[in-house]
Amino acid sequence: MSSSSAVSSPPALYEQRHRRLMDAIELRQPDRLPTILFSHFWTAHYAGMTCREAMYDYERLAAAVKRVVLDLEPDAFQPVHSLVAFGPTMDILEYKQLEWPGHNGVAEDVGYQYLDAQYMAPDEYEDYLLDPSGFMLHTYMPRVAGALEPLSQLPQYPGVLHTRITQSMEAYARPELRRALETLIRAGEEMQKMGAVQSRLVQELHDLGFPVASHGTTHAPFDVAADYLRGSKGAMLDLFRNKDRLLSLMDRLSVLIPRAGIAGVKAVGGNMVFIPLHWGLDGFMSPKQFTTFFWPQFQKVLLALIEAGIYPHVLWEGDCTSRLDVIKDVPAGKCVYFFERTDMAKAKQALRGTVCIRGNVPASMLITGTQADVRECCKKLFETAGDGGGFILDGSVGIPDEAKPDNVRAMFEAAKECVY
Amino acid sequence: MEDKSRQLVQQIAEMQEEDAVKLAREMLDSGYDPVKLLGHCREAMEIVGKRYEQGEYFLPELMLAGEMLKAIGGMAKPLIKQDAAGSKTAGTVVLGTVQGDLHDIGKNIVTFMLEINGYKVVDLGIDVPVANFVESIKEHKPQVVGLSGFLTLAFDAMKKTVEAIREAGLRDNIKIMIGGGQVDETVKNYTGADAFGLNAMDAVSLCKRWVPA
Repeated sequence: MSSSSAVSSPPALYEQRHRRLMDAIELRQPDRLPTILFSHFWTAHYAGMTCREAMYDYERLAAAVKRVVLDLEPDAFQPVHSLVAFGPTMDILEYKQLEWPGHNGVAEDVGYQYLDAQYMAPDEYEDYLLDPSGFMLHTYMPRVAGALEPLSQLPQYPGVLHTRITQSMEAYARPELRRALETLIRAGEEMQKMGAVQSRLVQELHDLGFPVASHGTTHAPFDVAADYLRGSKGAMLDLFRNKDRLLSLMDRLSVLIPRAGIAGVKAVGGNMVFIPLHWGLDGFMSPKQFTTFFWPQFQKVLLALIEAGIYPHVLWEGDCTSRLDVIKDVPAGKCVYFFERTDMAKAKQALRGTVCIRGNVPASMLITGTQADVRECCKKLFETAGDGGGFILDGSVGIPDEAKPDNVRAMFEAAKECVY
Repeated sequence: MEDKSRQLVQQIAEMQEEDAVKLAREMLDSGYDPVKLLGHCREAMEIVGKRYEQGEYFLPELMLAGEMLKAIGGMAKPLIKQDAAGSKTAGTVVLGTVQGDLHDIGKNIVTFMLEINGYKVVDLGIDVPVANFVESIKEHKPQVVGLSGFLTLAFDAMKKTVEAIREAGLRDNIKIMIGGGQVDETVKNYTGADAFGLNAMDAVSLCKRWVPA
């Protein structure tokens, strides 16, 4: 308690907030309940911007994030640009996997949505398994981005060697491939522009005393198979029709995903990674399917990240109460499990001494409830999930886009009163 | 044939897709009554539905059962004379994912479970404008309307849909249920729906309560 009232200089505040967060993650009791600010479009709404503007105007979004962070004083914040500000780059790529505001007739002020579809056919498993990177470059990228269709003409390098490497250069001068390569450069420059604004903002907020809660995003193997490759229906049917091939694909992914995740986090000098999970929840798969197709491969990803010194923040979407006894099998004090609808008292019971838990003021309450509801909910969470530390307060999926600002304020204020 | 029909029910219920579709083909090729064959499929689906209710089966099984039903139905239906195809329904449900939301898995599973429980389901698809719900209610006169939505933006779309149904003077005669990733009692009250459900079984239970078969 004394430490939370004593300091006021930004470096000291940074240190205090960082310690509070790390105490929770590493299962020590912090001075008070820590908070993370995680939102997609709510931040933009708070500052009077539309979703469309948030996706396209890097500077205004940066000003919005700064304002929100200064107003709410979270103990850490999840950078918003990398979650939403990719409109211009998607335009350049003619990206096809999202519907987003102001594009294709979608209203200006609704969030983006992923288009669930089959992006890899069942008879392409063999191609993928033979050469995942080749499949992604030659087949997948052309499929998900119109401007990258010519990448299908890239030379097949595993079979192109020695002086044939020089001969293969011819492909790059073909007009259509040249255009695709120029598009890649333009898209890269656009992303660097966005990245520069985000990096500047992160530094600015660091100097004002606010740590970052995420340095990148990665995935679970089954989610990649279901969301991004086979589509949800295809993946569910593959549990029966293509069981062995699905398992082989996920074996590859359990190595390739952490490789990419670690590279992304290290590139920005960070140590926290965000992992939203879509298919882990109760009711989707049976317990047996979960322990066959989801958890073992995902656990490998977590262990590889942890081994690399990275703290995964895993957003277990939906209600995962029945999974608790399985998912507790991770090294102590190295992960954060962010729960949406999971019973937090049961989560605390199962994960005490192993995993820091995070969440879960309901989205419905933040949107339609009152400040008193929110304060009461936070107090209750502190008492159950926060007992002895190992708990970070957040919304159930962060701050929903439509949350009432007063309710969000009430949440962050309530945490300051939850003193150990 | 008696043995084969029992075998077919079992193969479908046990998720043996290839065997079941092959056996159904054989039975039809040897002149088996397609109406009876579809009856066996229904019987198998009832087993699947029960196992889902009991927590033995989950979404992947429902999805595969739906695929088997589609494949076998596709073979049998063209062989059925028109007048034999009609069957009694327990009631009618108009269902759709509300405007602005593109998610359809939950809605599809609810449709499937309601259908195998004997309800006629009018599925309006995803991103359904308020007016389409109102029109469909006028046309199909359902006892139940189901509003699906995965995202938080669906709260307002659900509320608007319920209001539009009320304004059209249709609210008194129907029950409205909402479902999806984020719904709860608070959202039910906010939208003015009669009930909410967290999974397809909840939807079936609500319909059974409101419209007993």
